[in-house]
Order: sequence, then structure tokens, then C-alpha cells
Amino acid sequence: MENIGLSHFLIISVLLFSMGLFGIITRRNAVMVLMGIELILNAANINFIAFSKYGNFGYNGQVMALFIIVLAAAEAAIALAIVLNIYKTFSTVNVDEIDRLKD
Amino acid sequence: MADSTLIQLATAVLFLPLLGFTIALFFGKKIKAAYWFEIFTVLLGFIFTIIIAAAKLSSTGGPITAEFTWINLGNLPLIGDLRIELGLLLDNISVIMISVVFLISILVHSFSLIYMEGDKRYSRYFAYLGLFTFSMSGIVLTHNFFMMYIFWELVGISSYLLIGFWYEKKTASDAAKKAFIVNRIGDIGMLAGILIIYTTYHTFTFDKIFLAISHGQLPFNSEFWLTVTGILIFCGAIGKSAQFPLHVWLPDAMEGPTPVSALIHAATMVAAGVFFVTRVFTMLTGDALLFIAIIGALSALIPATIALTQTDIKKVLAYSTVSQLGYMVMALGVGAYQFAFFHLITHAFFKACLFLDSGSVIHAMHHEQDISQMGGLRKKMPITYASFLISSLAISGIPLTSGFLSKDGILAGSYAFASLTGHWVFPVVGFFVAALTAFYMFRLLILTFHGKPRNQEKYDHAHESKFAMAMPLAVLSILSIFIWYTPNPFNPEAGAFLSKWVKVPELSVPNNARYNFMKTDIKADIGQEVAVTEPEVIFSSAYTEAMDHAHYPAMFLSLFLAGFGILFAFTMYQWQKLSADKLAEKLRPLYLLSLNKWYFDEIYNATFVAGTIGLSRFLAWFDLFFIDGIVNGTASVTKGLSRFSGKFDNVVVDGLVNFMAYLSGFVGLIFRRFQTGKVQTYIVLVIFSLVILMFLFKSF
Repeated sequence: MENIGLSHFLIISVLLFSMGLFGIITRRNAVMVLMGIELILNAANINFIAFSKYGNFGYNGQVMALFIIVLAAAEAAIALAIVLNIYKTFSTVNVDEIDRLKD
Repeated sequence: MADSTLIQLATAVLFLPLLGFTIALFFGKKIKAAYWFEIFTVLLGFIFTIIIAAAKLSSTGGPITAEFTWINLGNLPLIGDLRIELGLLLDNISVIMISVVFLISILVHSFSLIYMEGDKRYSRYFAYLGLFTFSMSGIVLTHNFFMMYIFWELVGISSYLLIGFWYEKKTASDAAKKAFIVNRIGDIGMLAGILIIYTTYHTFTFDKIFLAISHGQLPFNSEFWLTVTGILIFCGAIGKSAQFPLHVWLPDAMEGPTPVSALIHAATMVAAGVFFVTRVFTMLTGDALLFIAIIGALSALIPATIALTQTDIKKVLAYSTVSQLGYMVMALGVGAYQFAFFHLITHAFFKACLFLDSGSVIHAMHHEQDISQMGGLRKKMPITYASFLISSLAISGIPLTSGFLSKDGILAGSYAFASLTGHWVFPVVGFFVAALTAFYMFRLLILTFHGKPRNQEKYDHAHESKFAMAMPLAVLSILSIFIWYTPNPFNPEAGAFLSKWVKVPELSVPNNARYNFMKTDIKADIGQEVAVTEPEVIFSSAYTEAMDHAHYPAMFLSLFLAGFGILFAFTMYQWQKLSADKLAEKLRPLYLLSLNKWYFDEIYNATFVAGTIGLSRFLAWFDLFFIDGIVNGTASVTKGLSRFSGKFDNVVVDGLVNFMAYLSGFVGLIFRRFQTGKVQTYIVLVIFSLVILMFLFKSF
């Protein structure tokens, strides 16, 4: 077993980011898109923490990660509320079909 | 009388008929009596001319000139000094001529009052007579070539208007056109001559030009060109005086009213050519004079032979006029200057008289002009007959008449000329024509007035003319008597006319360009310089001597020939001992030649007229095919060009514009695909672009 280094974290972060991005792009369901966004945010968190551990930035990265978790929670709450409203209005959460700005 | 008064009178004389013309022409339709005003102006002018003539001829002073500068453009580039002076010249010949013009004019006015009665353009007729009188006075009174040319053309136009006065008749309007066009040919020569003179001397004034010539200044510095100039100027006289070969218009001009023929085509206008030559006589070289004499001799001979066989009373008189004018021109050519002018005056009276007589006859016969329809009119028209007889005697050159004096002078002059230079053709022609003249005049007289009436119906209608018509006949026939010119009926030199009034002008031509007998030797030349007051050429004594010698032989010979001619006419037509028809049969070719007027009209029609028509036809063809072709070609080229340009616009320019539109549309079509409205697509694109950018800027 080798030592786990920065690149391992970054690889995981990239994989996570890519999966999130893939989810955002490919999913039709708005909830699934939101989940992709959560994955991307967590990929960013992993980066922050990895650089906080292996870089000379002090604890700024960990603090930033905590902020992001809070922000992600708030974002999820608001976004789910929006999705619910959309569902109420359009009776669907398929993002492709929601293409009207008015009415 | 003071000179300035005379000039003022002369100016009035010149412009009075113009005033009459204007009034009669413009108010003739509204005011029926407008022609009376015109007659009044001419009468007033006549009185003035008599005053002028009396004053001028009794005074001993030289010519009176009055001039003013009309146009002064200063020194122009290329042309040089351009200054045109107008003015009047009163010398003996002009005052004699102007009074003759006005006298005949007023007599013709009087005659016309009755002759033209009932014509629908009565006032206009008198207006034209006024215009003619004005133009003719201009020719007589002018002192320069410029005005001479203007008035020359003005008499041409008034002649044209009067010949074609009855323009409803085709023959009349044709004759008017013919007269005008034939005159134009002569005038071209005159214009060329005047232009040569102007380029040489830069003045139009006679005196200045003659002075310059006598000082040795010649056109192009050669005597040859002086000769050419003289002949060119004489061309104007050939046209106007109906000289050979341009004499063809005058017989046709008889289509005009007969009083007009008397005034214009017998007495005054046709004499203008002769008058003009007397004006420029001093600048004519020997060669030019010889040319003039030849033309004069031909014009005297040919029409005289034609007059023998014509049956139209006016045509006979017309040919006789041409013949007599030829006499005058020949006289000028042989140097008998005084007699030429003398004959001009005497001829004016007796020929005007003859024409008015013929007018009287024609009027009485209800416009019958053919003498084969007349005869026996002697008893019905005694005044007309008497005046016709006197005038015929005068034109035939029978003693006690004016014509005898002047004609004898001309014949003696040509005889003297021949004896000095050896050109015997001139006296031979002169004497022969004298015999012919006597014959055809008496043929006319006998056929018209003697014998039995050949057309009884018309004869019965004939009557003597009223006073206004008969009075001019009487006056003119009285003026054809010798007494007015000389007290001695056999010696014209005895009268004031030749001894005092009309003198040969001093020649200004260089000595070696003159006839030998006109040369002055150097001594005489010096003598002349001293005696300037005597402006008379000193012909060599040989000429004077020859004239004296020629006087009596010429007189007897001409008398004999005239008597023979008259006798012949009487034998043939009065006593009918000789048959005219048989003679005509015997000399058939000659008879036909004479009857058909030497085929001049036919020859001219076949050559000049046909040539002109051919040329015009060619030019018309040229116009139609060539010029029109060029125009049409240009049009087609323009059409083609515009069609091409239109195509270019439609295809290339529009194509470019449309292409841009299609291109934008096409590009839009491609890029529309990116604008799906779907967030996920945008994200893909953003990421894709980001990846590209990262690759692009990876070196940083």
C-alpha cells in the first residue's frame, strides 16, 4: 500500500465532479440535476480539504468547506422548494419540458 | 443749298417709302386707305429727289458724303480692325438715278391704282412697291459696299414678293423662286468680292477703297486678284441685271403684275447691276472690263434673237430688256462709261413706257398677253399706241429720240474700242443687235396695234385707259424725246447731261493693268496731282480721236440697220409681202432655237437643277443610311450597353446582395441549433468551450 497523497484526493474529486456534471447534463429530472450540483459542491469540498491538508494555506480550506456544506444545505432547501413549485405549475419536473418564462 | 440740308433730304427720301411700306403693310387690312399714305410718301420722296437733283446738278461742288460709324468693335484678334461705317453719297449719277427711280416709281403707283383695282391684296401691293422703292434708294444713295449688299438683297426680296404677288398661280410662285435663286448665284460672287475687298482694305467705303487702290494697295498684292475681285463683284450685276448666263429669271419674272415689270424688271432694279458697275468702274482692270464686255455682248445678242419669235407681249419686252442691259454692260466694258449710264437713264424711261403700254393693252384685253390674239388696237387705244410708237422708235435708235443718242454713243464707243484694240466682235454684235431690236420691236408694234383684230370678242371689249393709267404713258414717252438731254438731236455731247453731269471717274487701277487707251503717261499723272479738282480720267488722245472718228460712221450704220429692221418688220407683218411662217420653215433649226429660248431652261434643268436634285438625293440617301445609321447604331449600342448594365445589376449586384442574405441565413441556420433553450445544452457548450480554451492557453 502506498501513501495516500494529494493526487488521490484530487482524482476522487475529479471523478466526483465529472459524475456530478454528467448528472447535470444527462438527467431530465430536476431533482436529479440538483443531486448532480450537490456532487459538484462536494467535489469542491474535497479539493478544499485536500489542499488544506497538503498545501500551506492553514485552515482556510476547512473553514471554506464548512461554509459550502451550510450553503449546500440552504441551496438544497431553496432548490427543492423551487422544484416543488415547478411541479405545482407544470405538473412535471422534467427540465426539458419547462421552457416557458411567462405563464 | 447747303450740303447738310441735301443730306437730310436724302435721308428723308431713303426712309419715307419704308414708312409708307410699314403703314400700308400693317394697317392695310384695317384701314382701307392705308395705301394712299404709301403713295403720299413716295410722292413726297419724289419732290425731295427733284429738289436734291436740281440743287446738286446746278452746283459745281464735288460729291457730298455723310457717314457715321455703325459698329466699332476695335481691333479684334484674327480679324483685325472691325469697323463698319454707314453713310450716304450724293454725286451726280446718284442724284440723277434717284430721281429717275422715284419718277418711275410714282408713275407706276399712279398706273397701278387702276391696273390693280379690285385685287384682294391691294394695300399689300402698294406696301411692296414702297419696300422696293426704299431698297432701290438704298442702293443708289449708299457710299459703301456693306449697305450696297444689304439693299441689294432687299431689292431681291421685294422683287421676289412682287413677282410672286399672285402666288395662287403656280407659274407665278415658281417664277418668284427662280428669280430669287438665280439672283442668289450672282450674289455669292458679289459677296466673295466684297469679302476680298474687306480683308484687304478693312473698310467698306467706296472712296477709301479706291484711294487705297490708287496708292498701289492691291488684294494679295497682285493685279490678277484685283481683276478677280472686279469680276466677282460684277457677278452680282450679272444676277441682278439678268446678264448671260443668269438671264433666265427675267422673262419668267413677267408673271408679276405688269406695272411691277415696268418698275422693277425694266427700269430700275435690273439697272441696279449696271449702276453698281458704274459705281465700282474705277477699280476695274482692263481684263475685268474685257470680261464684262464679253458678258454684255452675249447678253445683248442672245436675248435679242429670242425676242424675234416670242408671242407673249411681255416676254418680248423682257428679252428686249435683257438685250438692252447687255448693251449697257458692254458699253461699260469697252470704256464708254458715260453712254452706259446715259443709256441706263433713257432706257429706264422708254422701257418703263413700253411695259406700261403693254400693261394698258393687257388690261384692256382682259389679261390677254398673246399678241396673236391682238391686232388693230391702234384706233381703240390712241394714247397707248402713240406712246408705244415713240418708245419703240427710241429703243430702235431712230433720231429725235433719247434712245438714238445713248445707243449711238454705245455703238460708237464699241467701234472706237475695236479700232484701238482689234476686238471687232463688240461693234459687230452691237450693230447686229440694233437691227434685231428694231425688227422685233416693230413686229410687236404691228402685231399688237396694226392690221385687223384677230380676236374680235376681246377687241370689242378693248378701251383706252383712264387718266391715271394714260398719264404715266404720256409722261414717259415725252421723256423719251431727245430735248431733255441735249439741244442738238445728233450730238449728245451738246447737252448738260454728258458734258457737265456725268463724267468718267478717275481710274484708280494701276497703270499697267488698264486698257492701253486708258493709260495715263507719267507727265499726265503729275499734272493730275496738281489738278485734283477735275476728277476725270484722262483717256489717251487716241481714244478721244477714235470716238470722234467713230461717231458718224456708227450713227449712219446704226440708222441704216435700224431702218432696215423696221422695214423688214413692215414687209413681213404689215404688208405681208414676206411670209413669216415660210421664213420660219426655211430656217427651221434657227427658228426653233429662238422659239425655245436657246434651250437655256432645258439645259439648266438638265445640268444644274438635275445635278442639284441628284446631289440632294444622294445627300438624302447619305443622311438616311449613313447619318441615320450612325445615330441608330449609337442607339443600338446604348441599348445593348444598358441591357448589359441591367443584367449586371440584376445578376451581379443583386446576386451579391442576395448572396449576403443567403449567407446570413445559412449561418443563422447553423447557429440556431446551438440556441436550444435547454440549460443542459448550454452547460455542455460551456464545458466544451472551457476545455477548448484550456487547450488553447495550456502553455500558461
